Amino acid sequence: MSIPVPQQAPVRAPVGIRWRTSVDPGHAALALVLLLILGVFVVWPIAAVLRVALTGADGGMTLAHLFRFFENPLYIESLTNSLLAGGWVVVIGTVLALPLAFVVARYDFRGRMLVVTLSTLPLVLPPFVGAIALTQVFGRAGTITLLLQDLFGLHVNIMEGLRGIILAQALHFFPFIFLTVTAALMNVDRSLEEMGQMMGAHGWRLLRRVVFPLVLPSYAAGALLTFVKAVDDIGTPFILNFKNMLGPQAYLRITTVGRDDVDGYVICVIMVIISIACVVASNWIVSRREYATLQTGARQPEGGKSLAGWRSSVALGTCAAILGISLLPHLGVIVMSFSRVWSLTYLPSTYTLGHYAEIFLRAPRFILNTLTYSVAAALLGVVVAAAIAYLLQRGRVPGKGLLDAIAMMPIALPGVVIGVGFLRVFYTMTLPGTETSLASTWAIFVLAYMVRRLPYALRASHAALHQVHSSLEDAAAVAGAPRVRAFRRVVLPLIIGGVTAGGVLIFITAAVEFSTTITLVSRIEQSPLSYAIYIYSQSPLGRGAAAALGVVAIVIVALGTYLANRLSGRGRMAFTL
Amino acid sequence: MAAPTPITRIRPVEVELRHLHRRFHDMVAVHDLSLTIGRGEFFTFLGPSGCGKTTTLRMIAGLLLPDAGEILFDGRPVTATPPWHRNIGMVFQNYALWPHMTVYDNVAFGLVERKVARAEIGSRVEDALRLVGLEGLGHRLPSQLSGGQQQRVALARAIVVQPGLLLLDEPLSNLDARLRVQMRNELVKLQRQLGITTIYVTHDQDEALMLSTRIAVMHRGRLMQLGTPAEVYERPADIFVADFLGGANFLQGTVRGRSGDRLVVALETGGANGAAQLHASASRNPGFAPGESVTVCVRPEALELVHDGRAADDVNLLRGTLRLANYLGSVLASEIELPGGGILRAQIAHPRGDARIAEGNPVTLRVAPDDVLLLRPQTPS
Repeated sequence: MSIPVPQQAPVRAPVGIRWRTSVDPGHAALALVLLLILGVFVVWPIAAVLRVALTGADGGMTLAHLFRFFENPLYIESLTNSLLAGGWVVVIGTVLALPLAFVVARYDFRGRMLVVTLSTLPLVLPPFVGAIALTQVFGRAGTITLLLQDLFGLHVNIMEGLRGIILAQALHFFPFIFLTVTAALMNVDRSLEEMGQMMGAHGWRLLRRVVFPLVLPSYAAGALLTFVKAVDDIGTPFILNFKNMLGPQAYLRITTVGRDDVDGYVICVIMVIISIACVVASNWIVSRREYATLQTGARQPEGGKSLAGWRSSVALGTCAAILGISLLPHLGVIVMSFSRVWSLTYLPSTYTLGHYAEIFLRAPRFILNTLTYSVAAALLGVVVAAAIAYLLQRGRVPGKGLLDAIAMMPIALPGVVIGVGFLRVFYTMTLPGTETSLASTWAIFVLAYMVRRLPYALRASHAALHQVHSSLEDAAAVAGAPRVRAFRRVVLPLIIGGVTAGGVLIFITAAVEFSTTITLVSRIEQSPLSYAIYIYSQSPLGRGAAAALGVVAIVIVALGTYLANRLSGRGRMAFTL
Repeated sequence: MAAPTPITRIRPVEVELRHLHRRFHDMVAVHDLSLTIGRGEFFTFLGPSGCGKTTTLRMIAGLLLPDAGEILFDGRPVTATPPWHRNIGMVFQNYALWPHMTVYDNVAFGLVERKVARAEIGSRVEDALRLVGLEGLGHRLPSQLSGGQQQRVALARAIVVQPGLLLLDEPLSNLDARLRVQMRNELVKLQRQLGITTIYVTHDQDEALMLSTRIAVMHRGRLMQLGTPAEVYERPADIFVADFLGGANFLQGTVRGRSGDRLVVALETGGANGAAQLHASASRNPGFAPGESVTVCVRPEALELVHDGRAADDVNLLRGTLRLANYLGSVLASEIELPGGGILRAQIAHPRGDARIAEGNPVTLRVAPDDVLLLRPQTPS
């Protein structure tokens, strides 16, 4: 006989049975440790900057300092210059990027992949490296200037003041626009266009009425990103010695007037506001554009109309011209690193290996410092990022979303702000048992780099862990592996590639980090190569050594990028922000 | 069959669940579940998705802690014992093979964790692979195997550690229909051979009926009925179980009286002139008294098409109009509209070219008193 179970009047659980909670104590402990780390190294420095900028003489909260910012003509000029530079960089970047994006996304021709690859190169190279050679290429006696003069009798010096910065940044940052627009163009469903054609739109009208509206959100996001990058970049103004901009002013106030000078912090807050506004606007635009990439069914494979003959040559020629201009600074750096005398000629008149001897033999500490800081920052960042990603996806602990939110904050923080915040908090903190300030040890670079690039590593870890289904871990647990062993034998081997790629990203971006570095450097012996490039570039005799260090930076970044792409197992750039 | 292997030296455990509760936020996944699963049983949790069957399995595995209640293996409480100390084998719905390990390493994993000597690991992995018919494929990666082969690797990985308990979470749902039937047969053979206590989770009633020694039907976190496949199918405890296992027609009625082994039930609809009467077996429907309101449950396959006139003496007749007739080869799946409204679903056997079977024609159906099930009426969920 079967046992029909009475279903009315559910039996109460017997008294004495403990109601268990679903919070995992191990996870909770890990979350606390991470929260502590992020609290000290992310929240505290930012809060310190905000507090100084928003605290009045009486100790209460005030906006008076912020208002006073707008009464100082130098600050107004700096703000104007920064916004102007950002705006022009977007305009010039658009002019460079749009034709390139259109040709690459719509047509297939010989050399297309080469164009795509080369156009991402400026992206991974720090702008100030290109800036080293910019004067030599575009300056008063630069190669291009001389060429123009000899060929057409024109004499223009485009490197004067702000224009030089705009040129350097535009050449450097236009790939942000290129990549987002190319991706969007490739995502536009051809059937939408075909629909437009059937409705009678073709040629220019089709582009204007169907394609542009679909691509506009991506373009806007890319342009905003370019704007933020340009405003945040203080390396280029420093190398080109034009300091009436927000970033350099913040740095100068803090380092020359003093750490207690309110104005420096106020400028930082202004920069953060600009940066956050752009990031928020960009996210908003991207979140609204769902319709643009919506597609069902088979999509036309990437590429498009294939071009042959003279059309192919024109397409390749267009791309080559744009890319050629944008890669000129970096070519210039390489040439410059071998030049002994380069004055009033197209190319150097005599060559030397002496600059490399200088940086490898006489003063190798800059490269060694860079390697030490970057490797340490990468290792630390990878551990923190992997732990956060793990908790977020697998953790049984409340409030884990907070960890993610804090760890992603630095993405909207200019480097100089992180540097200033670190100085504020850690300068007065001494190592236990000594008189040494924490801010004067090399550990400060490691921590600052780690914090600054944590979002990259976190995203990489997220993506890697996302591919490991939780049942793989469950299977390991059931098969007899305690949690830590299951992680080591199953999860770790599966995510190590992606997580390492995140580490490599930290490494390469830390190796060429400038704005945080210049704020934190207290002694030249501790300087990594980015600061050394600046120091060398300030004396005419040191330019060659600066260029040689620049070449080292280019090599590190190129190798790292290649490695990161190999490790993350994708054929595309693993990071774009 | 394969030669005796160490794997066959399995000591099955008895599993007891006491008042298990589990909630996810506001949703009650499992409510006050108590039952005992005997040694060597093939026990199935059956129910629609969201009924709590997988939650129960994960609690038995130790992958999920119950909010309240106890789990005992052989009388020993294991509620808080982590999965790696429970000595169980488990096959996941998506197989959960580790993609970075070869088939051999996947199967050997649990033995390595148990610190079994290397030489013994080799022979035991080979035994397990032979048992599931995968000898010689140890060097392959899971991605190089078919779905059926991956399933076998998952099974080999579960049994190689000589677990006292084998947990199967919808293991056949990712296979195509033919392979599913084949694996089902192999699974039941393997289980008999090993004698291992097996807990199986599925929403497929055919699998449950064919494989199980006993079935626990679950619905919305509650145990609706517990019994052998024959018991739950032939004597469902309520409308839900009857409907979920095989499907059924439900008619409202009242018990009018009793004569011998027959309970006479007056239906609210369905007679030729208004209400009809059905006779039900009293021994198969114990505990019903005259005057009681009942829900009459008739399986579609229990309905038989009769020729008019020839069955004038028969009482259990239902007349109606054929509204739908779908020819399925072995049966005719049909819907018959009763005079007072309401639709009966019937599976009519041997439908070979019967002239009367045309949509729109009046038909008469008969049901044997033994096939009339009486259930307590309940508000349909």
